[in-house]
Amino acid sequence: MTELNHLTISEALDGLAKGDFTSAELTRANLLAMEEARALNAFVTETPERAMSMAMASDDRRRAGEARPLDGIPIAVKDLYCTEGIRTMAGSHILEGFTPTYESTVTANLWRDGAVLLGKTNLDEFAMGSSNTTSYFGEVHNPWTLAEEPDARLVPGGSSGGSAACVAARIATASTGTDTGGSIRQPASFCGIVGMKPTYGRCSRWGIVAFASSLDQAGPMTRSVRDAALMLTSMAGFDPKDSTSVDRTVPDYAAALTGDIRGLKIGVPKEYRVDKMPPEIEILWQQGVEWMKAAGAEIVDVSLPHTKYALPAYYIVAPAEASSNLARYDGVRYGLRVPGNSLIEMYENTRAEGFGQEVKRRVMIGTYVLSAGYYDAYYLKAQKLRTLIARDFEAAYEKCDLLLTPTAPSTAFKVGDKQDDPIAMYLNDVFTVPANLAGLPGISVPAGLGADGAPLGLQLVGQAFEEETLFRAAGVLEEAAGFTATPALMVGEGA
Amino acid sequence: MSLDQATVARIAHLARIRVAPDEAEALQKDLQDILAFVEQLGEVNTDDVPPMTSVTPQALRWRTDKVTDGKKADQVLANAPEQASGFYAVPRVVE
Repeated sequence: MTELNHLTISEALDGLAKGDFTSAELTRANLLAMEEARALNAFVTETPERAMSMAMASDDRRRAGEARPLDGIPIAVKDLYCTEGIRTMAGSHILEGFTPTYESTVTANLWRDGAVLLGKTNLDEFAMGSSNTTSYFGEVHNPWTLAEEPDARLVPGGSSGGSAACVAARIATASTGTDTGGSIRQPASFCGIVGMKPTYGRCSRWGIVAFASSLDQAGPMTRSVRDAALMLTSMAGFDPKDSTSVDRTVPDYAAALTGDIRGLKIGVPKEYRVDKMPPEIEILWQQGVEWMKAAGAEIVDVSLPHTKYALPAYYIVAPAEASSNLARYDGVRYGLRVPGNSLIEMYENTRAEGFGQEVKRRVMIGTYVLSAGYYDAYYLKAQKLRTLIARDFEAAYEKCDLLLTPTAPSTAFKVGDKQDDPIAMYLNDVFTVPANLAGLPGISVPAGLGADGAPLGLQLVGQAFEEETLFRAAGVLEEAAGFTATPALMVGEGA
Repeated sequence: MSLDQATVARIAHLARIRVAPDEAEALQKDLQDILAFVEQLGEVNTDDVPPMTSVTPQALRWRTDKVTDGKKADQVLANAPEQASGFYAVPRVVE
């Protein structure tokens, strides 16, 4: 039998329902994997006692015939989600010791549906980064290694790097991430897993540490498309506590996985080709087009002319919102306080010591673009570009139902690379950022391996609130790609 | 555009982040590079384009103006670095 920590959510739910094993056994297998793979630094807080008590409560419910949709499934939670009574630091020194007295809506939904918390995962500080190297708790390592240099360590992508690494390494059955500019999809691509960002407003942002409020969305990270659909069905839903949460019925997303995409129109945007993109990505993308065509989809060439402006617009909007959201960290109400001779000095000392370099850069850029005399030139201009980018998508969706693109312009790079050049790091998100700016749902599906032996994902971008179509096509892509490769630093032998 | 040291110092003060003298030069370069990157947007004519104000087309909901939560001073103060008599405590601001 497959080791328990290797099961997908749907396999585990089957086994639990049949009584092949208990949630306590499944959870223990995941906790042992967590101990074994500590070198990856995927977790910042392990919660084994909470996990076992939640698992046993789940087994009790199942025995009583009251099993819920995700009952007994062990998951990891990005340390950006507030968890009641469990330290939540967003990868930042400035939230030193912060222990929420409340639970985020999305995690509360998961516990309501029976999921089990394994622990909180590492991330880029305040979710700002694309390599999970900016965390106060240190870098996360990707469980995948290079064929030629097995001892070199790769980044897992970011910002949800710990969440991606722990799912790829078979430490957690699934995890939650957040995606502001690609923070779910890019690490999913780098770690060979599925990562899904829903439409803006689908999942409540309440209780998730805010980075850029008009872009942030919660989403699932899993080892199959079906698992992502199961997770999102639990995570999504209207929440009066988030004014941007949308009051719409949440469908049973897994039911959308019919495997039938005949007649679906899939757009291929010609602008999603960038300088220095390795030819293997272009080839994989073309392969993806062929897979979809073979499954009966119609391929349509589309144009998103403002694509090249998405990243610069993002690097105005996101830092601007971050500078405002992060103003609350001043040493008064929670976390770190560094004394000063005056109140202002205390603020300045606290924020100097509490924030890392990337956060400081973004807060200062945000402060600058919002400052008197510069607002129109930068922030207003970026919001206008955002309108143009959203219009590009609207025009494309008159011709097609979905878009197919690469997820990231490269495979995972080595730890330490791109560290001294913020712009080179930002380019990681060139294919993922546009969907955030337009609020659209996107999913990354593992589709192949690069020549270096590291995984590559393909991305599907859907229309607002059309997650079912997105999942349906992603299921077909997954089936066609038949991605079964496993990472070298995975826990256990596999099937 | 070029960002001089005085401007960096002004932004740092507005952002309430103390910048040590040895950090200032690297920070100046990084900020300048980022601003040069985002200034590409200037190529696009946006004269007749309205700025995006809502990601998805929706209006803010109304609700009854009544208290729905509260009386949780202990929870609110639970993470305070310093508190006194049920309040957050900070260095003296009034002489």
